[in-house]
Amino acid sequence: MNRWIEKQRHLIDFTANSLARRKARSLGLLVVYTLLVFVLASVSLYTHALRNEATRVLAGTPEIVLQRLIAGRHDLIPPGYMDSVGRLRGVQKIEGRLWGYYYDSVMKANYTFMVPTDRTVADGEIIVGPALERSRGLAAGNGISFRSYSGELHTFIITEVLPHESELVSADLVLMSEADFRRFFTYPEGQYTDIALWVANPREVRNVGLKLMEKLPDSRPILREEVLRTYASIFDWREGMMLALLSAAILAFGIFAWEKAAGLSAEEKREIGILKAIGWETGDVIAMKFWEGLLISLLAFLLGYVAAYIHVFHGNFALLQPVLKGWAVLYPSFSLTPKIDGLQVATLFLFTVLPYTAATLVPIWSAATTDPDTVMRG
Amino acid sequence: MSRPSNRVLGTILIAAAAFGGTFLDAARQRIAHEPALQHTEALVERLRLSDIALFTEARYTRHLSQADLHSAFQDHPVALEHFPSGSMLPPPQTLLKRHEPLDREAAPSD
Repeated sequence: MNRWIEKQRHLIDFTANSLARRKARSLGLLVVYTLLVFVLASVSLYTHALRNEATRVLAGTPEIVLQRLIAGRHDLIPPGYMDSVGRLRGVQKIEGRLWGYYYDSVMKANYTFMVPTDRTVADGEIIVGPALERSRGLAAGNGISFRSYSGELHTFIITEVLPHESELVSADLVLMSEADFRRFFTYPEGQYTDIALWVANPREVRNVGLKLMEKLPDSRPILREEVLRTYASIFDWREGMMLALLSAAILAFGIFAWEKAAGLSAEEKREIGILKAIGWETGDVIAMKFWEGLLISLLAFLLGYVAAYIHVFHGNFALLQPVLKGWAVLYPSFSLTPKIDGLQVATLFLFTVLPYTAATLVPIWSAATTDPDTVMRG
Repeated sequence: MSRPSNRVLGTILIAAAAFGGTFLDAARQRIAHEPALQHTEALVERLRLSDIALFTEARYTRHLSQADLHSAFQDHPVALEHFPSGSMLPPPQTLLKRHEPLDREAAPSD
């Protein structure tokens, strides 16, 4: 065993020296390889952590949200609608939600205006989300004016800013009293945006959804399960533009690595010829090249992955964030909780380390099994 | 340490230790983030929120789960979905799979 280890160490010595002789080429390959692993790992770590965080925090969302549709568009819940929903068997609690969007032409940003049910906000006062505080430079005690859709200017005093730690869900929120909300949007009295409802038996949620559809054909129930599924599938890492763009990079790297690994240079062929002429066995030559492929790809994987981890969980995904932000002016600033999927890391490992190592072996096999004289003459 | 193999294996070992370190750091951060996550969960429950505020640019991206199936294309028939974050979202087949087919199961009303 010791003899075997010593032999492998000598082979690694030889490989390291051989790589050092071709310093620029080897370093270039390592850098490109590391960068590719870095980008792939960054995307996969970020999306996995975001998916996890979203499904975790949204676990408390209402069991069913009931919307009313008219001609395929979301419409207001008329008075009386709530009563017919409330009379359904299995419905435990029912609440009308009041919320809507407001486009702020000063910031060119969309806010979500909402009437909270868990607290009372006094008329003329609002509670704002952290992104609003940051982008408009607001603080508790400040006043802010919004021009309503009827053209009037409404002034509100900010009494509180929602906690930064919850920014992922509350970045653009503006909480106000029901009277203010109805006045601001000239929202008809007794009408609601949609209905949140809770079901006594969690296993009955689907049945209640079905009953709602039967009783109110113009309604669209959205189950909590659907909300969670939406966020479980968002940014599926095999889909989306970022990976479509990346596929070009992966392909380019594939060609580069194949060219480097599969096509032996005249110098390498000569080296193999000489090694065989001085008594190296075919197995030794292959083992030496195997070490070369493995060391480069393993080092690239480790460095790329560690850099990606730091980028995503300590650097806030800074390099790729512009792609995610899109046209949104208000963007939550949040640090994700690291949630690493072992299978994902293993997949990344298999897809980056194995193909390259295997690609180095194929041409070596054919070169190493031929006569040294033929190999040296090219 | 003068042998090249020692230097190479040493480098790999340091990189592997850093790799292992990411898992330890992840565990540490998960514990540190737990209270904030719990507060966020509570806020979602209290305010009856249904979506994360990741894309605030359009209605159907701000409240993804509340958007109806064709809201991205409803400006006019055959309208192309034009917000950049739309391209980050899964394609329509997945959209259809995400929604419960309650409308197909419900009996027609009289």
